[in-house]
Amino acid sequence: MGRNRFDMGGIDIAWCPGCGNFNILETVKETLHAMGLAPEEVVLVSGIGQAAKTPHYLKTHFFNGLHGRALPVATAIKASNPALTVIAESGDGDMYGEGGNHFIHAIRRNPDITNIIHNNMVYGLTKGQASPTSRPGFVTPVQVHGVFEEPFNPLAVALAMNGTFVARAYSEDREQTASVIRRAIEHRGYALVDVLQPCVSFNRVNTRKWYRENSYYLDGSHDTGDRVEAFRVATAPGPFPLGVLYESGGRKTFEENLPAYAGDARPLYQREPDRQRLAALIATRT
Amino acid sequence: MRDRGSEGRNSATIVLGGEAGQGIQTIEFILARVLKRSGYHIFSTKEYMSRIRGGTNTITIRVSDRPVAALAHRVDLLVPLHRSVLEHVGDRMREDTLILGDAGVLDAGPRTVHAPLSEIAREAGGKIYENTAAVGILAGALDADRQVLADYVREYFARKKPEVIEHNEAAALAGHAWGLALRGEGKVPFSIPRNPEVRGNLLISGAEAVGLGAIAGGCNFVSSYPMSPSTAVLTFLAAHDESFGIVAEQAEDEIAAVNMAVGAWYSGARAMATTSGGGFALMEEGISLAGMLETPLVIHLAQRPGPATGLPTRTEQGDLELALYAGHGEFPRVVYAPGSTRECFLLTARAFDVADRCQVPVFILTDQYTMDTYYDIPGLDLEAVPFRKHIVKSPADYLRYRITENGISPRAVPGFGDGLVTADSDEHDEAGHITEDMGVRVAMVDKRLRKAASLDAEALGPVFAGPEDYSILLAGWGSTHHVISEALELSGRTDTACLHFPQVYPFPSRARRYLEQAQKVVVVENNATGQFARLLNLHGGREADELILRYDGLAFTVEELTEAIGALEGED
Repeated sequence: MGRNRFDMGGIDIAWCPGCGNFNILETVKETLHAMGLAPEEVVLVSGIGQAAKTPHYLKTHFFNGLHGRALPVATAIKASNPALTVIAESGDGDMYGEGGNHFIHAIRRNPDITNIIHNNMVYGLTKGQASPTSRPGFVTPVQVHGVFEEPFNPLAVALAMNGTFVARAYSEDREQTASVIRRAIEHRGYALVDVLQPCVSFNRVNTRKWYRENSYYLDGSHDTGDRVEAFRVATAPGPFPLGVLYESGGRKTFEENLPAYAGDARPLYQREPDRQRLAALIATRT
Repeated sequence: MRDRGSEGRNSATIVLGGEAGQGIQTIEFILARVLKRSGYHIFSTKEYMSRIRGGTNTITIRVSDRPVAALAHRVDLLVPLHRSVLEHVGDRMREDTLILGDAGVLDAGPRTVHAPLSEIAREAGGKIYENTAAVGILAGALDADRQVLADYVREYFARKKPEVIEHNEAAALAGHAWGLALRGEGKVPFSIPRNPEVRGNLLISGAEAVGLGAIAGGCNFVSSYPMSPSTAVLTFLAAHDESFGIVAEQAEDEIAAVNMAVGAWYSGARAMATTSGGGFALMEEGISLAGMLETPLVIHLAQRPGPATGLPTRTEQGDLELALYAGHGEFPRVVYAPGSTRECFLLTARAFDVADRCQVPVFILTDQYTMDTYYDIPGLDLEAVPFRKHIVKSPADYLRYRITENGISPRAVPGFGDGLVTADSDEHDEAGHITEDMGVRVAMVDKRLRKAASLDAEALGPVFAGPEDYSILLAGWGSTHHVISEALELSGRTDTACLHFPQVYPFPSRARRYLEQAQKVVVVENNATGQFARLLNLHGGREADELILRYDGLAFTVEELTEAIGALEGED
């Protein structure tokens, strides 16, 4: 295996030394390379935040858009050119907070995209406020008396919306994470990979040690085709389950449901308006 | 002056009124086509309440022997399907207004004729045929062609069961006979010559014209959230998604809608979002995103009265400044304001070309009145909107934001060529990567703003009408075009001309000479503060001397503007 095709070479990376983002970045690059994909075939879409800077650190097409809006953009990119491999990758605040409504509706649409969320349970770029996934009792400069809200449970929400691929990984286990991300990219339909990660600057509670003590891998006995069991696992109190909770191949993707592709597989950029048909349509308005 | 007196007139204004759900729209739809196919010029618009059932809604149809394209106030023939209509249109009635209605709805009166709607319907097959009977009565009273009526009613109900088609035809023809007899008794106070050339004319609403223009412009992606009065454009494009290969998506909110549109353009689609007031307000950050990414974007903004929810189904020109200044930061844009069916079509098609070529957001500013109005036109010129592609195949060393002389960087899309296509909402370098280098920042701001020169150079000039030696100039934009020009003509003034702006921004420099000649500039706007007058002062260098404004939620009528223009003090 030669040089990774997605490698940018010597670049300045804006993350803190020891940040979980580095492992996720390397894992994504290795996975894309190992899958035989070329940079020209992949579009990485992100929002705003530290994790959202990821597209600048690997060699692909990218769209680093607005805070919370990666999923509508990724959905539209895929719908406009279904041949592209589209990955929406950003942080927990971006995807679950600012973009929460889009998260719900992207799952309903089921576009064939992969959604990777760097979940460190804290806001990094704005310096340490609570995120939707922060645990109760988490004290921050804003949540000075500690978080009291119920943490957002992305896996349970995705399962409730009948998401077709629901998984969780842990940034520090590169091999396991690569395997989950590869399955997610290969999955036909919307694939959620919530990646737990430490934040070494602003989250002194959910540390590497804490994650090791508070997570476990689903073993071979877990039936990934059983949505009810997946929901039980996702909502059970106690440590976080890691691995693929649920996978279903039955639903058509968003793109497959679009009449624009019913008789024409070409991406939209190759098309021109049918002016003869338009003239005929205008002529009916008598 | 024509169209103002009541004797021997060769035009008439018909108003149909009723509660929501009573079917006045069906009557209007059929009647308008039957009249037009019989050889009458027609104009139709509606005003309605924001409710599914009940309330009082009206449709105004003007019928004439020459083209009509503006709203009239007076009512010559009123057809109330509900008692509430009489009070609702009270101030539009005249001494000779003929009121036609069922005895069950209307009390007897000097101007009232009881039309046997329920009787005709019962004989034709049941109460359900009352509306078709009404169409027939009106068609007869207006001397529409009997065969045209029969043919169109069959065409309209073609998908129904055979007996339903028969009953509708019977109701229409019985109504026609009754209407003709009424006419014969001399009770219909107008007689309009027919013109066979009108028969083949098109009836296209503003909403349809925007939709057709979008298709002509290559629109193949529309993402929107339903909101009156902009929804009609979304439904039009959705109805044609298969035949024209359009991805039509109802987004979860306007924020998703605009971000989808920007993402679709990035990926090579030609995308539009259609919205109104509050929905557009939610899109503002996305407009700014398009400005930064230099992604083309087309926004159709159908205005309605605000602030907030305002009057959801009414009309206003209150969002000009919102469109002008929407989005944080500084970036170029274009704002079109179509004033006719033809302009809705041409400018929407043009919006896609300009957006794609210059990589800027382009707005089409319409309003509820434009969306819901139609009148017969000879045709729409497809040749006037040539389709051109502007994307390039990327070389391996492609730089998305290459600094160029005119500020426009060749735009590639992912998957077409060997290069990588980048887009960053942060300030970025030529490769599209995030930067905080102040030198690069200034170079990129300058590059983006240089595109304005191209936009200035091709700004569409204003449309002038009236005497060349005018001293008073009426200036308007968007939907007021026809009502201003008709009112000016009716006013009989020889010292006054009018200037319509189909493009309001960038301000067309060609407009300056018209403004300079005028001793008095009067701006006519459907808002409370004169937003266009401010733009005229800022970019046209001419302060308005007078404002004629309307902001009650309704469009200007020919009569009120005629009076206002007539009352202007001369400058000689």
